[in-house]
Amino acid sequence: MLLSKVPLHSRRIAANQIRSNARTSSTLLEPTAYSSSNPEPPYATLGSTTKLNLFSAVNSALKTALETDPTAILFGEDIAFGGVFRCSQGLRDEFGEGRVFNTPLSENGIAGMAVGYASAGGTAIGEIQFGDYIFPAMDQIVNEMAKFRFRSGNQWNCGGVTLRAPCGAVGHGGLYHSQSPEAYLAHTPGLVVVMPRGPRCAKGLLLSSIRSKDPVVFLEPKVTFTNVSIWLRLSYSHLRCFIFQILYRSAVEEVPDADYEIPLGKAEVMREGTDVTIVGWGAQLRTLETACDLAAKEGISCELIDLRTILPWDSKTILESVMKTGKLIVSHEAPITCGFGAEIVATMQQECFFCLEAPIQRVCGYDTPFGLVYEKYYLPDEKKNLDAIRKVMELSR
Amino acid sequence: MSSDSATFDLTGSFETYNLESSPSDTITMSKSELLSHFELMYTMRRMEITCDNEYKARNIRGFCHLYDGQEAVATGINAAFDPEDSWITSYRCHCTALARGGSVSSVLGELFGNVGGQTKGKGGSMHFYNKAHNFFGGQGIVGAQVPVGLGLAFANHYNATPGKPMQVAIACYGDGAANQGQIWESANMASLWKLPMIFCIENNHYGMGTSMDRHSSHSDYYKMGNHIPGLRVDGMNILAVKEGMRFVKDYVGGGNGPMYVEMMTYRYHGHSMSDPGTTYRNREEIALTRSTRDPLEFVKRTLIEANFADAEEIKEIEKRIRKEVADEVKVAKASSPPTIEPHLFEYVYTSGGGKEQNEFPPHIRMPDFAKSKFY
Repeated sequence: MLLSKVPLHSRRIAANQIRSNARTSSTLLEPTAYSSSNPEPPYATLGSTTKLNLFSAVNSALKTALETDPTAILFGEDIAFGGVFRCSQGLRDEFGEGRVFNTPLSENGIAGMAVGYASAGGTAIGEIQFGDYIFPAMDQIVNEMAKFRFRSGNQWNCGGVTLRAPCGAVGHGGLYHSQSPEAYLAHTPGLVVVMPRGPRCAKGLLLSSIRSKDPVVFLEPKVTFTNVSIWLRLSYSHLRCFIFQILYRSAVEEVPDADYEIPLGKAEVMREGTDVTIVGWGAQLRTLETACDLAAKEGISCELIDLRTILPWDSKTILESVMKTGKLIVSHEAPITCGFGAEIVATMQQECFFCLEAPIQRVCGYDTPFGLVYEKYYLPDEKKNLDAIRKVMELSR
Repeated sequence: MSSDSATFDLTGSFETYNLESSPSDTITMSKSELLSHFELMYTMRRMEITCDNEYKARNIRGFCHLYDGQEAVATGINAAFDPEDSWITSYRCHCTALARGGSVSSVLGELFGNVGGQTKGKGGSMHFYNKAHNFFGGQGIVGAQVPVGLGLAFANHYNATPGKPMQVAIACYGDGAANQGQIWESANMASLWKLPMIFCIENNHYGMGTSMDRHSSHSDYYKMGNHIPGLRVDGMNILAVKEGMRFVKDYVGGGNGPMYVEMMTYRYHGHSMSDPGTTYRNREEIALTRSTRDPLEFVKRTLIEANFADAEEIKEIEKRIRKEVADEVKVAKASSPPTIEPHLFEYVYTSGGGKEQNEFPPHIRMPDFAKSKFY
């Protein structure tokens, strides 16, 4: 019972050292600044940029969060050496093992610990190694994390929690490393569910999520901005040689070095159009961009919207777009039945039924698990989307 | 023996596991302290009996789990703790809320579903919280409070001042919860990182309606932590609970890692109000416990034996508390139920504006529809 035995891991000391660097100010990109008339956020105002892929952008956001918040801790399975996707590469060395550390393989324990630490006032950034492993943690996420503020009448909250998890099909993930669990999570009032589409918005959204006073599950698409159609045309033997990291690393954007946040709960109009509104999120947007390009060659003008925050979702931006185009397609990689697209479709037909010129289409994954060789059949690729675009155009004639 | 304080024998109240030291066999307590413990325990008993009556009168609805019989556990732990120590418990939390700074009117108000309740009527029977006393409540899912308690212990560890004892975190759960998987995950991490965490099993011998021998292959709960040290305490003896928890708090707060604590106790009521509590155990067992091990009778006997109070004085105190509880029930009933605006949608997400609040789109869709349909 000797006090000298207290294994403090130098946690507090490390935190104090960085207190001097405490958060100066970050730039909040106002949603009005990039409304439909200005689809590209004003990244140019943020100063210098670096070419980063998604994992490096996430790494940059985590580094910024650890630098600016002495209570921030980063933990998860194997994250101390960087994690399977290397998102936390170098952070243990920089911030010490007291703040960046490995946990046992206990997803429910990771989520529960995050809830406890955050309710005591800290900032907990947990990593669930794959989105598929979030299911063992669902009890803590749904019953503890999402409801703490409400059920305690605002006495306690665990807004400091951010759980990151990579999601989506990856080329060879198999049945348990390819799922997109956003719809399960979106059925949980009190939770915020975010999915970025690429490196640049990943950094801003992740910093917002970490600093949000509501608990966030941040899903990172593994195939961010890789041209899926190219992978799908490759043979099985070719596919096999592309490991996870290659996919995660494959697409780069100019990411501002500055500390900036993108507001949660706001969709982004990625490209404006007049004929069809297409809504997607995460990696699916790359496929949708290709589909829009193909449609443009046929003279069809598509308006493409990145939902960005799945819950609470921005129905207003979509509604305004559908009022303009009269046609809507929602596309996501998760299975179609009870996918989040169903929620969007149900709300839109209720809100603007008489503006619709054609039945709303959903282009989604099928209601089946899928292994590697089935991925090419399963995924809602640009051809399926192009079919849907042509269909709504024909029906509205 | 001075009339202001006395030393009491605790021989036989503890069993240790994997421990080199053990709690003291005696405890010295002042008259005022023991009297205050008695008053709190008697208030708990009266409050739970009132809950039972109000439930049967259909003034309290829904789920309700009563704590009578286990009063010494919450009282004793609270007596050994600082307000800075973190405490999280299960759904059987009325009396912990009372010990941790609550009042009878705030507990009953919550059970009546009024906005004057401790969590503004949002939680109900299983959800009481108190920020000023670091009480994290009341969890509805069996065993789910334990990983959260682990996070609280981690925070105490992270925020500790080098060279000083750490504040501890305690997660209380029943023998029925002791085999939940989440608890093993938490025990592993608490032990791995030597967190100031107390796993406190309130063993009332029944996991809902299944006796300990039928629901657990291992009935020595204080040994369940495997290599984690354990302590079994007579949970019907407030003196033993206090001394035991003082020892445990010193041990885990000193950086020696977590400890399993088993409080041997008993609940007089059934698991919940739908359980008469007599289908899986016989009335004789309950009557025998009441007549031989009742925690309140024990305190009364101790008060008299130590010359702290005589039977008349105790009766006076009981009379006063009965009146106080009855008055508080009136206060609780006088509060009003919540309204749609602003209470129904309040606190699902951040509110209050400014940097604290996310500028979310309205997350409740079509509230007008809800209004027109039901009001």
